[in-house]
This record gives sequence, structure tokens and C-alpha cells, in this order.
Amino acid sequence: MHMADALLSPAVGGIMWAVSAGTIALGSAQLRREHDDRQAPLMGVLGAFLFAAQMINFSIPGTGSSGHLGGGLLLAVLLGPSASFLTIASVLVVQALFFADGGLLALGCNIFNLGVIPSFLVYPFLYRALSKGEMSKGDRHLAEPVPGGAPGKLRENAAVMISALVAMQLGSLAVVLETGLSGISSLPLERFLLLMQPIHLAIGAVEGAVTVAILSFVRKARPELLRRAPDNAGRSRFAVLLAFLVIALVTGGFLSQLASKNPDGLEWSFAKAGGKVAAPGAGEGVHGLLAHLQEKSAWFPDYAVKRAAPRPLPSGAGDLPDAASAVPGVVGTILTLALVCVAGALLKRGKERVETPDA
Amino acid sequence: MASISAALLDLKRLDQLASGTTFLHRLDARAKVLATLVFIVCVVSFDRYQISPLIPFLIFPAFLIAVGELPTRYLLGKVALVAPFAIAVGICNPYFDRQVLLQLGALQVTGGWLSFASIVLRTGLTVGAVFALTALTGFPAICRALQRLGMPRPFALQLMFLYRYLFVLAEEGRRAAKARELRCLGRKGSGLKSYASLLGHLLLRTWQRAERMHMAMLARGFSGTFPEQVKARLRFADVVFLSIWVSLCIVLRLTNVTHSVGSFFTGLLP
Repeated sequence: MHMADALLSPAVGGIMWAVSAGTIALGSAQLRREHDDRQAPLMGVLGAFLFAAQMINFSIPGTGSSGHLGGGLLLAVLLGPSASFLTIASVLVVQALFFADGGLLALGCNIFNLGVIPSFLVYPFLYRALSKGEMSKGDRHLAEPVPGGAPGKLRENAAVMISALVAMQLGSLAVVLETGLSGISSLPLERFLLLMQPIHLAIGAVEGAVTVAILSFVRKARPELLRRAPDNAGRSRFAVLLAFLVIALVTGGFLSQLASKNPDGLEWSFAKAGGKVAAPGAGEGVHGLLAHLQEKSAWFPDYAVKRAAPRPLPSGAGDLPDAASAVPGVVGTILTLALVCVAGALLKRGKERVETPDA
Repeated sequence: MASISAALLDLKRLDQLASGTTFLHRLDARAKVLATLVFIVCVVSFDRYQISPLIPFLIFPAFLIAVGELPTRYLLGKVALVAPFAIAVGICNPYFDRQVLLQLGALQVTGGWLSFASIVLRTGLTVGAVFALTALTGFPAICRALQRLGMPRPFALQLMFLYRYLFVLAEEGRRAAKARELRCLGRKGSGLKSYASLLGHLLLRTWQRAERMHMAMLARGFSGTFPEQVKARLRFADVVFLSIWVSLCIVLRLTNVTHSVGSFFTGLLP
């Protein structure tokens, strides 16, 4: 589910960077306030655990395929929202730098899809609500509701399962929206949704089953671990909602101001083409909204069409080489490629000669 | 489970490359991180049908690999292996976007193929640049650079801890997985039940390790932060490196060098 740089536009990538960086700042501030310095090594080692765990597969009965742990929900249950979010985000940074599972620009998207959604949306709002319920008599003396032990086992397992499914669906939905808003892929949104959501339903079920199994193992072996999750959802929930509100206002207000001065190429070419041509995908409901959002979020006025389009072209098609300029384009591509390769080889050889002067 | 050993080996190799001694290795990590970010933003800001203006950008990863003495074939192999997601999504473009946008003699190229080629090229460029950055700088240095660029300290601490224990725990996970594999005769026994207890044990061991570590750190006077290293100052070379690449990226972004080169040659030849 890792997004790739190649599918992102700078506007979407930049906004998601801002959102994720803001959440990292909030999460860090929250942790600093808690002042539990046992937390630091624990989180670090659990991040490494998550990393190791994701490399181990298990076979899924009956299908011949195999699955592995995602871990967002498991960490949220064990550590609470802020700590689990920072842990997942750090794992994503390592994956981006060493395995290019999602590049540097896509890091913001990935941290949001795989970190913010399970830790700050699904865990506090869904999982806690589902797993609250009747406290057993033995647990009443505890001051705070116990995330792992209090509700019945069945109820707890159902809560984990549902949360895993929802987290995975929301995550893949976010991937679809981010890809769609970037407009690099031509996959129509509804088809992309039809591809992504069912697959991630299955992946979510696997994730849920694994999380349930590991949690019940931990509950049997060391139940006290499940009681340590700090109940800090109240404050951080408010902070996160506030952050989302601010981001929404920024995107809605500031960016639309910016965008309205530089109408993007799509708009422009439609205006030139005579107004009311239905845009591909611009219509009612979600599509209209997305098209609208896309117009608003276009930071880079790169899509300016240089000549009036005779028919509605996809955005940016105005910059295309027409038949006359295609030849220099192709020739130039081959030559530039050759030049770069030669330059690289020369630089390398030059280095080697300096290294071994007598060779 | 050969993939775990392979992944671990890969991690170590990329990590070891950072101990090189070239001019690029010695640069301040902040300069390299910022230059790479500017490069990536410039590359992805192109329109989806554009291919030729992306080609000159190859010079950045090529420069890093050549001057930094990185193993070209190894990095190219890594780039070729990753980002299946981008390719998988991109391969749908030729199917949905069939408008002919380029005519080369008898060959009609549709918009879908153009944008697919563009996605593949972007993937190569961005992934190549990130690998080169990691191989030239090393993870701890990138973390410190990010921290000095404003990343909150608890997150930096988290990244350092993660990195320190990554190798240890990946090794432990590898051994556990190997043991299970040897006992379970092919597929039988590698189901969810043994998997859950395997991961559960790994988790418990991880947790105990964290507690021991915390004791040991307290015993050595840990106060919640890693001691600050001697702050490296931006030197002249760093500023020169950063400004050259940033301005080159911007120039390449604003002018289509490929097209000019092509016009120059097709104009010369009758």
C-alpha cells in the first residue's frame, strides 16, 4: 500500500508532508508531556520488532498465498496513539530510505495512510468505542478503562477485527484519492476504487486475524503489558481534530486564493474550447468534488496550455510535441541520454585513474 | 525465508556504502538531503505526458553514483526491483487513455503509453536519487540532518533507537523464521497459529530487551536525550554543492534541454 513518488503531484505530496509533519510534531509534544522515559527505548525496539515481523510470512490456508503483519493497530493497542504513531512513522522512514517502499515525497502520504489513520482515527474513535463496554468486576478498581482486558474476549476480538478492516479500507481509500488528485495515472477513480477496496478487504481480514492472534497470545503470556497503554486519547483527540480543522482551512482558504489567480490548464482550455464541455470525470458528486479539489490544490501552474486546444485535451496535453516537433524531441531524447551516460562513465573512469595513478 | 536474509544483507550493504570517503560522502548531510528533495519535487512536477524534459535529470543520480563511487549495477538492480506499485498502477494507463498524442512515422503513440513511460522514468529517477542519498550519507547522518532542519527531538530519538536495534531484531526474527521453516516441512505448520506464537514470543523478547536496555541506560546516566554531537557547520563546499544542484534542477525544470539538443542536430542535418 506504499505510495510511490512517481504517481504523486508536488501539490498533493506537499500537502500530505505538511499534514504528517504536523502530526509528528503533535505526537512528539504529547510524548514529551508524558515524561515516561521508559517509553523511548520501548518504542524504538518495538519499531525494530515491527520491521522484523513484517519480513516473516505465514501461509493463508486454502489460497496458497501468504500474508504478513502491518502492525498499525497492534502497536496502537499496545502503546496508545501518539507512541504507536511515531513508531510506525519511523519504520516508514527507514523503509523509504533503504527499500524505496514509497519515496521521500510520498513519505507524507504513507505516514498518513499507514500511521495517522490507524493511530489517530481508527484507534481512538472506533476501537475504543467498540471495546469499551461492560467492565468486569475485577477491573473496576482500575482508574482508567483497560484497553486490553476489560471487555469480554469475544467483544475485544470483534473490536480488533472491525478496526483492522476499517483502517485498511480507509488507508486504501486514501491511496486512491491521493493518486486521483495527483492526476498522473489515468486509471478512472471508480475502477481504481473497485480494484483497491476488495483486495484491501481481504488484507484487512488477514491483518485483523493476525492482530487478534498476537494479542490473545500476549494476554495469556503477559497480561500486564496490555494494561500499560496510556489513556491519552482525550487530549490528543482534540489536538488532532484541531490540526485537521487548520489543515482544511489552509487548503480551502489559502490555496484556493493562490489557485484562483492561476487557473489551471484544464480550466483554461475548457474556457477556450467554448465552455460547457464535460471534463473527463468532472461531473456530479464525488467526481465534481475531486475535480474541484484538484483545481484548488494546483500549486504549480505548470499546466498552462500554450495554444488554444481545438478539442478538450487532458490536462497538460497542450505542451505535447505535435507531429512537426516530435522528431527533434525523439532525437534530443536519445542524444541527451547518451550524453548523460557518457558523462557518468567519464566521471567514474576519471575517479579510478586518480585513485590508481600507476595503473 | 531467503528473502529475510537477502533484505538484511541489502540493508547492511547500503549502510556500509555510507562509510566511503569521497568528496560527496564528506558533504554536510543537510545539503544532500535538501538537494535530493528539490530534485524530486522538480521531477514529479512535470506533466504526465512529458518524457523528453525528464531525461537530463538523469545527470543528478548519475553524478552521485559516479563521483560517490557507488556500485552502479547494484543500485540499478535495486531500482529495477522496487516500486512495483507504481508500475502496476501505471500499466493501466495505456488501457484507459487511448488518445493518439504522438505520431512517429507509421507508429502512433497513445497518451497512455506516454504517461506510462513517464511514470517508469520518474520512478527510476526518484528511487535512484533516494538510494544514492542513503548510500552516500547513511541513516544516522540523515536523521541528524533532519533534526537540525526542524524534526522534533522525540522523533529523532525514536529513529536512532529503531536504527540501532533494527539489525539485532531482524537477525533474531530471521533465526526464528528459519527454525520454524526447518520444522514445518514445506507449508504444513506455517499457518496462523504457529505464526502468532512466533511473533508473540518475538514481541515479548523485544519488550524484555527494551526493559533491560532502559535499566542499563539509567545506570549510565541517560537523561532522555542523546548527547549532542559536535555540530557540523555548513562549509563552503556544502553551499556550493547545494546551490549548483538546486539551480541546475530549476533550469532543467524551466527549459527543455532535450528538445533544444534535438532541434540543434536535426536543424544541422538536412
